[in-house]
Amino acid sequence: MSFIVEAEIIHNHKVAEGCYSLAFRAPEIAESAQPGQFVHLRCSRTFDPLLRRPLGIQGIDRRDGLVKVLYQVVGKGTGLLSGFEPGSRVNVLGPLGCGFTLPAGARRVALIAGGLGIAPLCFLYETLAEQRIEAVVFHGVRSAGQALAPDLLPPVADRVLMAADDGSLGYHGSVVKLFETYAGQEPFDFFFAAGPSPMLRALSIVAKEYHLPGEVSLEERMGCGIGACLCCNCRTRGEDGWRYSRVCADGPVFPVEEVVWP
Amino acid sequence: MINTAVELAGIKLKNPVLTASGTFGYGYEYARFFDLSRLGALVVKTLTLEPRKGNPPPRITETPCGMLNAVGLENPGAERFIREILPGLKQYPVPLIVSIAGCSVEEYATMARLMTSAGSIDALEVNISCPNVKAGGIAFGTVPEMAAEVIRVVRLNTDLPIIAKLTPNVTDIAGIAVVVVEAGADAVSLINTVTGMVIDIERRRPVLANQVGGLSGPAIRPIAIRAVWQVYRAVKVPIIGMGGIMEARDAIEFMLAGARAVAVGTANLVNPLAADNVVRGIEEYLASHGISDVNELVGAAHGKED
Repeated sequence: MSFIVEAEIIHNHKVAEGCYSLAFRAPEIAESAQPGQFVHLRCSRTFDPLLRRPLGIQGIDRRDGLVKVLYQVVGKGTGLLSGFEPGSRVNVLGPLGCGFTLPAGARRVALIAGGLGIAPLCFLYETLAEQRIEAVVFHGVRSAGQALAPDLLPPVADRVLMAADDGSLGYHGSVVKLFETYAGQEPFDFFFAAGPSPMLRALSIVAKEYHLPGEVSLEERMGCGIGACLCCNCRTRGEDGWRYSRVCADGPVFPVEEVVWP
Repeated sequence: MINTAVELAGIKLKNPVLTASGTFGYGYEYARFFDLSRLGALVVKTLTLEPRKGNPPPRITETPCGMLNAVGLENPGAERFIREILPGLKQYPVPLIVSIAGCSVEEYATMARLMTSAGSIDALEVNISCPNVKAGGIAFGTVPEMAAEVIRVVRLNTDLPIIAKLTPNVTDIAGIAVVVVEAGADAVSLINTVTGMVIDIERRRPVLANQVGGLSGPAIRPIAIRAVWQVYRAVKVPIIGMGGIMEARDAIEFMLAGARAVAVGTANLVNPLAADNVVRGIEEYLASHGISDVNELVGAAHGKED
């Protein structure tokens, strides 16, 4: 079930270089949202920019009916969004998409995030914790300035391993390389990853090498967000080799082995 | 009592608001947001004889007050549509218009036959204007003789009302309208998207994998209004106007230009309730302006004939 809500903004502030945390009140969405699902936000009351922006749900507070997301200011839409004041309203469509699936019997999983791919994995972490599934978080950023404060990350600081492309924080290099240094030593049953497509593609190769099953949350430019316009399609395995699947409705989460990488 | 009903090529519509093909899927994606029987008619995504995978991604990019898409007529094909999707569509008490396209005149003919014999379809919209496929689509819609030929063979293969969907990417859209009506079209719908391109200045390549795409949204509305205006003066058949209708005022503008019905397209992608809002907004406009019949709006901007 998805809803269209004029949601009251609770907070909307900068949490890292170019990165904002937004919380809004939408009890219907908070009630039904699952980790890996996203919300589709209008950034303007006018038609410029026209389309909604899909943002992975970072967390929910069911008691207060709150939904939290993270977003990077990259263009006009997210720039306008960053100016929304607490107390004002934002038009939200959600929750949308198919989220993560917890594998039966998994006891220890890796959560691997590139950039703001951390958002859906924060939400997932909470669910894993409730089910007493141990999780290790690998989080890659371009530079230390984009790292989030520990209170925005899953609440087990010693198991959040950071990588920065420029070496300014934690491991010097990509989060996939960081993960690879652990993958051979630590007994993971499963992995969940979210981030840009090139990162996920590189990760899929590492995972295959270590025979590690997992799920990835894909990012693609979106139109409707509800599976009608077919604008966000990605290639997945199917009859005669591959077929197109809708990132918004069949995903954004796919089993890693199903994705046919560009 | 205000009348919102219009008649379109022999079909009675409870109001003039349709969905634009390709923006409303096969209906069920939107049925969870509002009651589809609120609509005048449902126009579903274009179907071809064989399934089509469509174009590689990226298929969409945003533009000022609009968007550019190159989906490339991805669809499950006629057979699967009739077997798996049509039975579900029948449950909505709303006229159903099926959009068809082909790579050849023969394929249009076959599609017309298949859809006619499938039953429970109220009209065919013949897409001779998709800008995003290499064969067929717009190639038929830009040359008057070809456009007429497609409509002629569809006419020979169906007794359903035929709506010819026209492209704005021509010098004289009214001229195309005239020949498709002569060839047997019972109505015309316009406009399909306007061909456009966006280039990524960092990658120095077109953003869309297909390079070019179809521009839609409020950015193209004045082009569409002008096209409807010209076609209204050229043909007698009903016009379905579309192109950037976001709210009721836009729909009314189309009707004043000469459209008897309107289609909500890109707005569905922004707000799943957009089409329903347009229905309600037209009712409010009629009430607040003391107009008792929506048909009074059709072509009213043309004034009295000299």
